[in-house]
Amino acid sequence: MALSVQIQKRLGSFLLDVSFETEGEVLALLGASGCGKSMTLKCIAGIETPDSGRIVLGGRTLFDSERHINLSPQKRRVGYLFQQYALFPNMTVEQNVAAGLHSLSKEERHRIVAEKLRTFRLEGTEKLRPHQLSGGQQQRVALARILASEPEVLLLDEPFAALDSYLKWQLELELMDLLKEFPGDVVFVSHQRDEVYRLCQTVCVLTAGRSDAKEPVQSLFEAPGTVSSALLSGCKNYTRIRRLDHHLVECLDWGVTLETASEVPEQATFVGARAHYLRPSGEDKNSVACRVSRVVEDVFSTIIMLETPGGVQGRSLLRMELPKGAWAALGSPSSLNVTIAPEHVMVLTGEAD
Amino acid sequence: MDWYPLYNSLRIGAISAVLVFFAGIFAAYYIARVPRVVKGILDVILTLPLVLPPTVVGYLLLCLLGPKRIVGSWVLATFGVKLTMTWWSAIFATTVVIFPLMYRTARGAFESFDETLADAGRTLGLSNTYIFWRIRMPYCRQGILAGVVLAFARALGEYGATSMIAGYTPGRTATISTTVYQLWRTNDDGLAMKWVMVNIAISAVVLLTVNLLERRGGRRAAGR
Repeated sequence: MALSVQIQKRLGSFLLDVSFETEGEVLALLGASGCGKSMTLKCIAGIETPDSGRIVLGGRTLFDSERHINLSPQKRRVGYLFQQYALFPNMTVEQNVAAGLHSLSKEERHRIVAEKLRTFRLEGTEKLRPHQLSGGQQQRVALARILASEPEVLLLDEPFAALDSYLKWQLELELMDLLKEFPGDVVFVSHQRDEVYRLCQTVCVLTAGRSDAKEPVQSLFEAPGTVSSALLSGCKNYTRIRRLDHHLVECLDWGVTLETASEVPEQATFVGARAHYLRPSGEDKNSVACRVSRVVEDVFSTIIMLETPGGVQGRSLLRMELPKGAWAALGSPSSLNVTIAPEHVMVLTGEAD
Repeated sequence: MDWYPLYNSLRIGAISAVLVFFAGIFAAYYIARVPRVVKGILDVILTLPLVLPPTVVGYLLLCLLGPKRIVGSWVLATFGVKLTMTWWSAIFATTVVIFPLMYRTARGAFESFDETLADAGRTLGLSNTYIFWRIRMPYCRQGILAGVVLAFARALGEYGATSMIAGYTPGRTATISTTVYQLWRTNDDGLAMKWVMVNIAISAVVLLTVNLLERRGGRRAAGR
């Protein structure tokens, strides 16, 4: 069930301009908070109305500003999982799950509710009210309720935002199973790169209301393309550059020259390097002489903040992450050479915020 | 002791409470959706009876409903019914006076409503009417009930506008409040005190009800 979205909406000085398409996949809308992710979902569901554009779901036009089509949320067959689940507090679990089924006969309704409660392991909670349930159960009721109404697409709005980390992992595993079962497409909104990588196949990065082109999740992490994507994918080190050659850049912020494995296009503006790929080294290629400015002990690794003496004051910081033992073996030096292998230099376009 | 004033007060209070229940909820729901400037103006107009002296309300109502005034004369000519000086004339007065109480409590209750619940209902295919009566109203139940009870209590206590539009005719338009005034005027202290006691008892029960409703509402909110 393909979903195609191409909408614009102005909210004060903020302009939402999003376009993407899904074809049988779990697509992530990844972006910092306030970038318009939830607003996009609300437009798809019909809760908010875009100023212009088109939304087509499985061949049905849900919204088209030119042809003046704007289906009500009731007619869109879009399943929306809200951040706080939006369970009806005055209804029992059973009634909540049956909420979208009241056009069916009583027997049919009972059958579907019983089936959904079984699938989501909610037997025994039928007569309870939402506030008597755990966070995990609440989410399962919300999903059961949505799936009972048989939507053609699932919209998930930061489903793990309100949970602590233990519960979050449990629910993520459950959601993974559910997403495999669900026949339609899924749009998953998140600001968390890790969960996007684990749950989704494709990703569309949203920066200040604008969407980048859709790409496979792997490519976002291996070759993010734009600076904002790189930052969202967790890249800690980036610098403005001047292109010297097809595979050579001058890093302006760091004050060094680096070789790149991938070709540097004319419009490249930045390069980035992940903290995990920085390695202490000898005098080989792409070596950067650094001063150790700070060492922070993390749970399983040591984070070393480095400064490149030739760089721009305040922007020449590099972050390296090493396994605890590896750092200890170096004997806490005050300066060292760090290598960024050419294949780990990510060439980026666009502007940083 | 003739219990007619109690009966009359209770029915006037009950009927006007039912009327403002619907009118107040309707106004609170729709006024929340109009542009801000319009909302501000309507809000002032609808709340005005709460702060105006009841005599002013009574005077304005007489200007409208009196037998020689625009609405009153038309109804008299068309249906042969006089709108003033009957037992139900008092309903006009109490309804106008208690409307702001209901309107404001209902609005407060609606403002605390989590709109994502309505959004969720709509994406599940529920009609707006269903969402209103089965999700929004139950969610705001305590606040709205408290508003109705408070409005009913205020209707029982209405004197100024009532006495102007319905007057005092024993056995016909007499209410508790107008009876107490009449008894005091005629130096019937004993009977006046009895009615005062009846009035205090009813009001105390009503206020107790409001408090219970609010406490239950608070507990439910905390449990959520």
